[in-house]
Amino acid sequence: MSFDVPDDNRYRESHEWVSTEPPHRVGITEFAQDELGDVVFVELPDVGDTVAAGEEFGVVESIKAVSDLYAPVSGEVTAVNDDLFDAPELVNDDPFGDGWMLEVEPSDDGFDALLSPEEYRDQTA
Amino acid sequence: MALRKPPLREVHADRGAKFTEFGGWDMPVEFDSIRAEHEAVRGAAGVFDVSHMGEIAVVGPDATALTQRLTTNDVTRLDPGESQYSALTREDGVMLDDTVVYRLPADRPAGVIGGERSVGAPGGSDAGGASDAPADDAYLFVPNAGHDEGTHERWVAHRDEWDLDAEVRNVTDDWAMFAIQGPDAPGLVDAAADGDVLGLDRFAASFLDVAGVECWVARTGYTGEDGFELLCPWGDAETVWAAFADDCQPCGLGARDTLRIEEGFLLSGQDFHPDEEPHTPYEADIGFVVALDTEFVGRDALADQDAAGVDERFVGLELLDRGVPRHGYDVTDHDGHVVGSVTSGTMSPSLDKPIALGYLPTDLTDPGTHVSVVVRGQDKRAKVVQPPFN
Repeated sequence: MSFDVPDDNRYRESHEWVSTEPPHRVGITEFAQDELGDVVFVELPDVGDTVAAGEEFGVVESIKAVSDLYAPVSGEVTAVNDDLFDAPELVNDDPFGDGWMLEVEPSDDGFDALLSPEEYRDQTA
Repeated sequence: MALRKPPLREVHADRGAKFTEFGGWDMPVEFDSIRAEHEAVRGAAGVFDVSHMGEIAVVGPDATALTQRLTTNDVTRLDPGESQYSALTREDGVMLDDTVVYRLPADRPAGVIGGERSVGAPGGSDAGGASDAPADDAYLFVPNAGHDEGTHERWVAHRDEWDLDAEVRNVTDDWAMFAIQGPDAPGLVDAAADGDVLGLDRFAASFLDVAGVECWVARTGYTGEDGFELLCPWGDAETVWAAFADDCQPCGLGARDTLRIEEGFLLSGQDFHPDEEPHTPYEADIGFVVALDTEFVGRDALADQDAAGVDERFVGLELLDRGVPRHGYDVTDHDGHVVGSVTSGTMSPSLDKPIALGYLPTDLTDPGTHVSVVVRGQDKRAKVVQPPFN
């Protein structure tokens, strides 16, 4: 089974994605949501909080597992996907679309440190 | 140590199942999605491979006496073809495991417990064999995953200590076990079987052909729904599984867990454990399996506790705030004191609410009592409920 890995994102080994064009959205990959199974809860920072690349920014819970979320880039949170609080299953249904988690204003250009789509595909192949 | 594999490990892998280690077994945890599987069982039917469950057979002139003294319930209440929920306790009344004890019929198939001794033949290997001797009593009981070897040793050691005449066999690797559960399960099993499936009452069982394979068909389960558990010879597992897997949702241990938590059913090793979570049947709120008018290991301690009352009791918790309670999370009272912990918890797929099970001091066990569950350092408000959750 092969998972969707859109070309307009960068990826962390821990299965978060960030879009390379503004607004820089952050979420988890299709591979990650499949591993987790039915997502039932997300815990996210507030607008105005800052996140640091490689640091925990929240938690995603499925029925069977709890998983920390790691920020792919550093920056300020400019938007949070409130829809996930009532409909966490959006993370399963559309992980790169309606299941996005944050929008971040990057404080530096940390994208180059992340995996390219090709590299992430290789990791999850 | 290598994981034990159910007979259809590769069949399930080909079907796309994800696997997990449970009780030393490599078992399917999820075939499609826990939620989809859970909802299928509540609304229609699902089939589970539960071949990780142990099977111990006890047969012989003293099979009844031996089983009576090692389980808390009263096996003399069982007629052939009946079963009962029961517990295994230490001398101090603490539960080692819970189980279902089936009394096998006299006309069971030869070799059914794994040996050559033909059933219905004269009882007692050293009795000189009067041909009109009654058939030996025979029981099959189902320890939880990973408990089969220790339980077998326990039976053998006590048999020898008490000088009883009974053959005790661990037949776990002879039997596959499937559960077909849900409102549509009776129809599905009836269609696949020859014989009177629908005439079996709750906790009744019979040897019947299912898809041409002689199975022990029991109207038991662990989901709160109507349904059956089938024991079939290990080598015939694929034939029996195929009779159901195309017609209803294959389900993994993930859905088995969410279904049983909604019902408040105990999970051995998690909701109780002789070392890590030591509790008696009364504390675990299954006092109905304790027959104090019988003699069994742990009986005196339990009689004392029955007279004195319990200090803590197993209850349900429904969270009023967002969050998912998990095994090991603290439960606190309104002063913030830790008063217990979550032994099992999940987001209930049926109710779409976070629910938990655990032990609380008896003065906090009235339904509606407010406590908190500590989730990653945050207090989540919760109220006590008496399972099943609905």
